[in-house]
Amino acid sequence: MTSTPTLSRIRSVADLEALRAANAHAIALRQAEAVPLNEAEEVHLLVCGGTGCQAGKSVKTRLALEEAVRANGLQDRVQVKQVGCFGFCRMGPVVVAHPGGTFYCEVHAKDAAELVTSHLIDGKPVNRLLYAANPKEKARVAAMLDNPFYKGQMRLALRNCGLIDPENIDEAVASDRWFGLAKAVTEMTPDEVVETVLKSGLRGRGGAGFPTGRKWAMAKENQSDVKYVLCNADEGDPGAFMDRSVLEGDPHAIIEAMALAGYAIGAKQGYVYVRAEYPVAIHRLGIAIRQAREVGLLGENILGTGFTFDIDIRLGAGAFVCGEETALIASIEGERGMPRPRPPFPAVSGLWQKPTLNNNVETYANVPDIILNGGEWYASIGTARSAGTKVFAVAGNITNTGLVEVPMGTTLREIIYGMGGGIPKNKKFKAAQTGGPSGGCIPAELLDTPMEFDTLTALGSMMGSGGLIVMDESTCMVDVARFYLEFTQEESCGKCPPCRVGTKRMLELLDKITHGEGTLADIDKLEELAAGIKSTSLCGLGQTAPNPVLSALKYFREEFVAHVVEKRCPAGKCQALTEFRIDAELCKGCGLCARKCPTNCISGEIKHPFVIDAANCAKCGNCADVCKFGAVVH
Amino acid sequence: MTCTCSHGIAAEDPRNVELDSFMVTARTTPGSLISVLHKAQQLFGYLPEEVLNRVATGLQIPPSEVYGVVTFYNLFNTEPVGKYPISVCMGTACYVQGADRVLAKLESELEIKPGQVTEDKMFSLEVCRCIGACGLAPVITIGGEVHGKLSEHDVPKLLAEIRQQALAESEAKVPVAVGSEHE
Repeated sequence: MTSTPTLSRIRSVADLEALRAANAHAIALRQAEAVPLNEAEEVHLLVCGGTGCQAGKSVKTRLALEEAVRANGLQDRVQVKQVGCFGFCRMGPVVVAHPGGTFYCEVHAKDAAELVTSHLIDGKPVNRLLYAANPKEKARVAAMLDNPFYKGQMRLALRNCGLIDPENIDEAVASDRWFGLAKAVTEMTPDEVVETVLKSGLRGRGGAGFPTGRKWAMAKENQSDVKYVLCNADEGDPGAFMDRSVLEGDPHAIIEAMALAGYAIGAKQGYVYVRAEYPVAIHRLGIAIRQAREVGLLGENILGTGFTFDIDIRLGAGAFVCGEETALIASIEGERGMPRPRPPFPAVSGLWQKPTLNNNVETYANVPDIILNGGEWYASIGTARSAGTKVFAVAGNITNTGLVEVPMGTTLREIIYGMGGGIPKNKKFKAAQTGGPSGGCIPAELLDTPMEFDTLTALGSMMGSGGLIVMDESTCMVDVARFYLEFTQEESCGKCPPCRVGTKRMLELLDKITHGEGTLADIDKLEELAAGIKSTSLCGLGQTAPNPVLSALKYFREEFVAHVVEKRCPAGKCQALTEFRIDAELCKGCGLCARKCPTNCISGEIKHPFVIDAANCAKCGNCADVCKFGAVVH
Repeated sequence: MTCTCSHGIAAEDPRNVELDSFMVTARTTPGSLISVLHKAQQLFGYLPEEVLNRVATGLQIPPSEVYGVVTFYNLFNTEPVGKYPISVCMGTACYVQGADRVLAKLESELEIKPGQVTEDKMFSLEVCRCIGACGLAPVITIGGEVHGKLSEHDVPKLLAEIRQQALAESEAKVPVAVGSEHE
């Protein structure tokens, strides 16, 4: 049941068109209107094969579905396929049935037989596996496009994730992949390609938002016999996973875009630098490159035009700093991934001292469609200064975790309360962190901020790669600032002293504050250090490392003050400053807290208020988590 | 050093043979040191001194350079890991969902700290930065397999399952997949 590509040689655009025509029906079927699936001539069951769903054992689900299809003799009518990530990770493993796109959530191997007999033979969708915002309600949402998680989304970079089999080049071609390159090499000059990217207004999705077209133009202008095209797939922001999803779900988009970049700037060789923590992405990217080589879409004389381009994969080894482009280059060269001073910029002297163009995965994912549909098309989406869409990895204290792709300018509120489904457990939204360890937080009063590059920078945060961590009222902002600083301090490569020493000193101050030993002068010292580190560090890691602290101070200064003056952690997270007790008025005496207490320090009589023995309390907070009456206070 | 397993890997050990043949092609590829180290770690489980020396000789570069690269990157281990290496994700999404409590529970259950191996060499513990499964936070990986949506209360059961699986494997002498799925 796994689809095998034909892998016959593609020598011309006509060959490419013939391959697309031969497989077009599969894509059309997955975009067709709903029909009762017992009557459908052909049915595709698409099973998510992303890392998230695979962790939920979606491979077992797929095998069980294949088995159920065979057991019912449906193998001529029903195909079970592995596709890339649907983005709705919380609901995994996800299975989507086409035509019509019935969206099944949390489908496990034991559900496979029922799904096949009920929906594909009897024509009745399995209600209990359909999505419901509230699982206790009977009303369910069947079609993927009616699902509140997908309403308001505009999937461009993710358009093939969950639509095609990423391990089959035929399906990629059937969904128009490689036609951007075909158009460029047969109808456009390299200058026209650069011009189109410039016109699209596309800005780098890796963090800083530098105009992609300008980067391409610079790399093109520099004359050299050898140039390189790099793809930064070292998605290091802890909390961002859109690049992984694109690589896992639509690897041909990236390979095609890199070939386009090679054509535009005059490079013959590309490298994808992928973090080794992404084994599925590496596997699929490897398959895609091999298949593209085999059919002749990579290699010499591509599509009979004389254009030559090839790609190799280079693995990272766990160093956040390698997301910085000069450090990434050092790592590809096999060295310690330490940044180099700029200038010279990589466009002038990059990998092995040759002009080098480096873009992030999501940036590349947008390029093939820009070439196909024109720069004006892309520029018409989003806002004036931030064109197109942005994928956000929404995680943390939010109901619907997953990947959300929206037009630039969509407000934070729409993302969190629309697709995100709000904050679970009736807790209050406190802040959202964008830009990871280089970014900052956005407080509740700024929920209506449009998400685009410049507005976020103006707020003291940044777009970053699109990690969006939602934090509820139980999050301590001082602790979060400390968490990020600990991260950057550990990941500092040690080359320049402002970053190496400065982040260490800042972390010590934050440790002091979270342990209740800080003073008001320490807060001033944090700000002073932050200013110095930002202005004197060598690379982007150090220059942005203080941002989470500065923005937490900007919007939640009173929490820092509570820690140092009142020796109190308002959120009850910092253990040294927290003491749990039971409010006798609110306690119903159910005893649940006592049963869940790991140190057995809660005692009492059923139906009478319980008491916490502070001397033995480990301050784990279990009691507060389990109490249904809010009687455990701190 | 109480561990002696880092010494005495026979020259004709098939892992050495495989590493050497990998290095024959790697030697002509510029910047291949990191991929060679990945290969070596995959073969030996970690990178003891003699393996690093072998890589230096094989690629004709100074051992200091090899050591410098190995110690720069988090994923390379110079100490042995357990049969089931446990990696606790401390990415932001996992952290705000209580990964610190999961880690504390693992530390107390296994009686080791990150970077250490249990006495029976069954488990080793480490902390990693985001494996990209943020939708399932908090997550840990055990021997490469991802376990998501965990709380500290799930830890004892999970460890017991792995121990049981290891026991079944050693009794059967052949790898047996023990169902670890509990709905």
